[in-house]
Amino acid sequence: MGFTKLLESWPVVRQLRDGDPLGLGRSAQSERSRTLEPRIAKADHVAQSICPYCAVGCAQLVYVKDGEVIQIEGDPASPISRGRLCPKGSASKAYHSSPLREYKVKYRRPYGTHWEELPLDQAMDMIVDRIIRTREETWQAETEDGNPAKRTMGIANLGGATLDNEENYLMKKLLTALGIVQVENQARI
Amino acid sequence: MPSLGTSFGRGGATDYQQDLMNSDCIVIMGSNMAENHPVGFQWVMEARERGAHVFHVDPRFTRTSAMATRHVGIRAGSDIAFLGGIVNYILENERWFDEYVKRYTNAPVIINEEFSDTEDNDGLFSGWDPEQGKYDVTTWQYAGTSVHGAAGNREAGFQDSHVSGHAAGHGGAGGGMSHGNPPETDDTLEHPRCVFQILKRHYARYTPELVADTCGCSVDEFLHVAKTLCDSSGREKTGAFVYAVGWTQHTKGVQLIRTAAIIQLLLGNMGRPGGGIMALRGHASIQGSTDIPTLYDTLPGYLEMPHVEHYGGLDEYIERSTAPGGWWGNASSYMVSLLKAWWGAAATKENDFCFEYLPRIDDDNSNYWTVRQMLEGKVKGYLVCGQNPAVGSANGKANRLALAQLDWLVVRDVVEIETAAFWYDSPEIESGELTTEQIPTEVFFMPASSHVEKDGSFTNTQRLLQWHHKAVEPKEDCRSELWFYYHLGKKIREKLEESQDPKDRPVQDLTWHYPTSGQHEEPNAESVLAEISGWDAKGQALAGYKLLKDDGTTACGCWIYCGVFADGINMAARRKPHWEQSYTALEWAWAWPANRRLLYNRASADPDGKPWSERKKLVWWDPKQEKWTGTDTPDFDEEKSPDYVPPDGARGPDAIRGDHPFIMQADGLGWIYVPQGLNDGPLPTHYEPHESPFANPLYSQRANPARQQNKDLPEDPYAPVADEPGAEVYPYVATTYRLTEHHTAGGMSRFVDYLSELQPQMFVEVHPELAEERGLENGGWATISSPRSAIEARVLVTDRMRPVRINGATRHQVGLPYHWGTRGLTTGGAANDLSHMALDPNVHIQEVKAFSCDIRPGRRPKGPALPAAVAEKREQALSRREQDPHVEPEEVTETT
Repeated sequence: MGFTKLLESWPVVRQLRDGDPLGLGRSAQSERSRTLEPRIAKADHVAQSICPYCAVGCAQLVYVKDGEVIQIEGDPASPISRGRLCPKGSASKAYHSSPLREYKVKYRRPYGTHWEELPLDQAMDMIVDRIIRTREETWQAETEDGNPAKRTMGIANLGGATLDNEENYLMKKLLTALGIVQVENQARI
Repeated sequence: MPSLGTSFGRGGATDYQQDLMNSDCIVIMGSNMAENHPVGFQWVMEARERGAHVFHVDPRFTRTSAMATRHVGIRAGSDIAFLGGIVNYILENERWFDEYVKRYTNAPVIINEEFSDTEDNDGLFSGWDPEQGKYDVTTWQYAGTSVHGAAGNREAGFQDSHVSGHAAGHGGAGGGMSHGNPPETDDTLEHPRCVFQILKRHYARYTPELVADTCGCSVDEFLHVAKTLCDSSGREKTGAFVYAVGWTQHTKGVQLIRTAAIIQLLLGNMGRPGGGIMALRGHASIQGSTDIPTLYDTLPGYLEMPHVEHYGGLDEYIERSTAPGGWWGNASSYMVSLLKAWWGAAATKENDFCFEYLPRIDDDNSNYWTVRQMLEGKVKGYLVCGQNPAVGSANGKANRLALAQLDWLVVRDVVEIETAAFWYDSPEIESGELTTEQIPTEVFFMPASSHVEKDGSFTNTQRLLQWHHKAVEPKEDCRSELWFYYHLGKKIREKLEESQDPKDRPVQDLTWHYPTSGQHEEPNAESVLAEISGWDAKGQALAGYKLLKDDGTTACGCWIYCGVFADGINMAARRKPHWEQSYTALEWAWAWPANRRLLYNRASADPDGKPWSERKKLVWWDPKQEKWTGTDTPDFDEEKSPDYVPPDGARGPDAIRGDHPFIMQADGLGWIYVPQGLNDGPLPTHYEPHESPFANPLYSQRANPARQQNKDLPEDPYAPVADEPGAEVYPYVATTYRLTEHHTAGGMSRFVDYLSELQPQMFVEVHPELAEERGLENGGWATISSPRSAIEARVLVTDRMRPVRINGATRHQVGLPYHWGTRGLTTGGAANDLSHMALDPNVHIQEVKAFSCDIRPGRRPKGPALPAAVAEKREQALSRREQDPHVEPEEVTETT
């Protein structure tokens, strides 16, 4: 330890030097306290986001370092939430990075007793085949009364209220073009 | 909701959350805002700090009640009696806003002389068809007009002799109106058949005493709310209503919300700061998924899906969708622009812009109908994304049994939810009702991206589109739904490329060219938003829906969102801090329509265009500039002067007078009385829940006659009701709700450590008197049962759960959070295993806020003993009813 540091380790010196005669301010800080910084200070970048839970629409700031989310906080600039988040919104980093999150496609064959692995591309091709086949098998060109129907009642789609407008748009557009009319979401629930 | 849609013209919340601070009185009903929309609740607290009254009228005492100036406990399912009592109070005590009512609502309109009221027919309106179990709405119309199936009438499906109302999810628009001459009116409001007088007669029996006897509150409590709300309305003051699914999830949910709409029109609270009806939605973009509907009966922007019984072409569709007046008069522009967005160059005037590519729907192809179809093995494939019906849908068991009938199932979620695991981990596997080795369903679980792993916009509860930016790349197989549906479509199109089959043409001709980027070829979300917002023939972004045309020169994926990408700028991504702008914050994101934050705000000014008061000014007519101006975007033609009178033959927006603020309605008026657009009545009437231990104190017609039931479905049995023998087997009213720390069916919360720690276990709330009656111990186990199933939960004995005292008798209510299931960090009984699938007839929404149950101490039977015990109890109840020779089957008039 050099002389200056040795001297500084004496609190009264710091109190006098820092204008903190009662020793209740900066001079009482430990080295650790002094060097503490919020984890967001190390973020590479901050993304503006919106809470994924209820429909209040609280604005979030997502702090990212090395390609990983390190913190999610409320955005004070929002006229709705003014920086606040509820317990769910505050936990949304834990939701994003939950140890129970699934990262791989899983497949259960008919009458199967366990999950199997399946490459994503293959799963996509299999789903495509099933949609085309079921649509073909259940196609209803007309109703029993002979009115045009141009649809399949053999395929249904559920979900949307947790998703983006753009996602709902592509869903409705594609499914309608395929003649799939049983398209529903949480608005009904 | 069609309730808001038919009353005011648009189904969205009329207000925005921050505006609640301007209110003088906030009535929160059917919502526990402090716990379920906590951050939005700060605006209620702001109002209270400014001196506003805040009432919480709810069966449970919650943290919302604790922060209110007064909590009034009512029986679950009795809300229309309470609100109808307020209507009667307003009329009896002459508290309505006279000029507003006479000029801005349909109160003066005279109704068809064939119309008769529930008061005349013991609980039925005229037009009831007992065979079909539906109403013919012809007699409900304005005098001297014929029925026209306009934009409000989205779900016809009746033969020509029948005219039904309409239904849509959260946004059904009104606007439909009869063709013909302007309706007869009586501006003195004295004509016996004018809406005002019909209203008076309809609610005359909703006295404070009847309210108290029906709802279980005191006369004083009711009068305090009614009087304070009236005192807080008028030129100088405004009151607001706040609701959530506590109002929606009933077999009369639409009519329930309608009652609040009537009150707000009578008191002149619509379109004014601190007024309105704030609908609180429960998912990040539930409003968006209704505006751009993943719903069977609508197309983007509340255009209707073509129906099998209207098999004409585009012309007939346009004719049916076009209202004689108001902005639904331009339905052809919205529809043709949508067809151009979907089928691009292939859509030409000669081929009706590919209208024939659209599939046709039946009356009801909604979620619960699909569940029934699945149980019958008619649905082969099912794609589920971001939803967990095995836990979140009413009658969970029926839903899971339905999944086991599928050939194939795709579940997309961030975690393995119950819907993905039903084949090896579910109550039916435990009980032996399903056996893994015998379930034929092929299951694909596809991991999804979280909100921080994708770009896109959510539409929040106040119609505000807010963009969220991607922060990190999704890992491994995780993908967005944008990726999934884009690549699904791309692969299907590749496979069908060579097909000559006419049914493949809509897929082949579909515009499906979105730029992609990155190693996963993620489609560009902004390019999709740009298509939603629309462009002209030169490809220039459109500034707003007024520019849409029906000649094929504009394309727009959702007309109410037109302008969100004006000038090629993503308006939803705007983030100007609130401290740099006025409280309306018009430069934070973008609200539909046309960035208007408070709907119908022309009504914030008097008929001459002057603010009703300095204190409540928002939008007004500036005679010097000859335009509407103010702190919000005017929800009115900016240059239409207050004294504008439509010339003869005017159509569409030009047919709306300068003093008629509800521009989506065919007549520009707020509809106190709804002549068409609803399937169960032009005025709300108190009915009991589908399952209820109470008789209807008003009519022998006990429950909503038009409600949808599944009487022939063994998977959906119902308890005896009211005075029927056997009703005592399920003597309590169950009501389900959410907790702050969990989200809906748990997929986004039960798998999160902090949240699971904060609310670690399923519980049931009971009052100390009920605990004593049944021997329940705080912290101990209880089994709650209904005719559908039984679940177990930890007992929470609390006087938050008030007993209801009606005519000297005490009845208990049981509170059940519905977040739990078999998977995640915290598991437990799913409340929806107890609920049934009887539905509201307008929107096909289930009644999970009031149904019958029993509660007993101890854990539930395990394994095969569970269904056996459930069946035994149910048979006990039903056989008692059958053995009573005096009991006629209830309501023989009803449909199944």
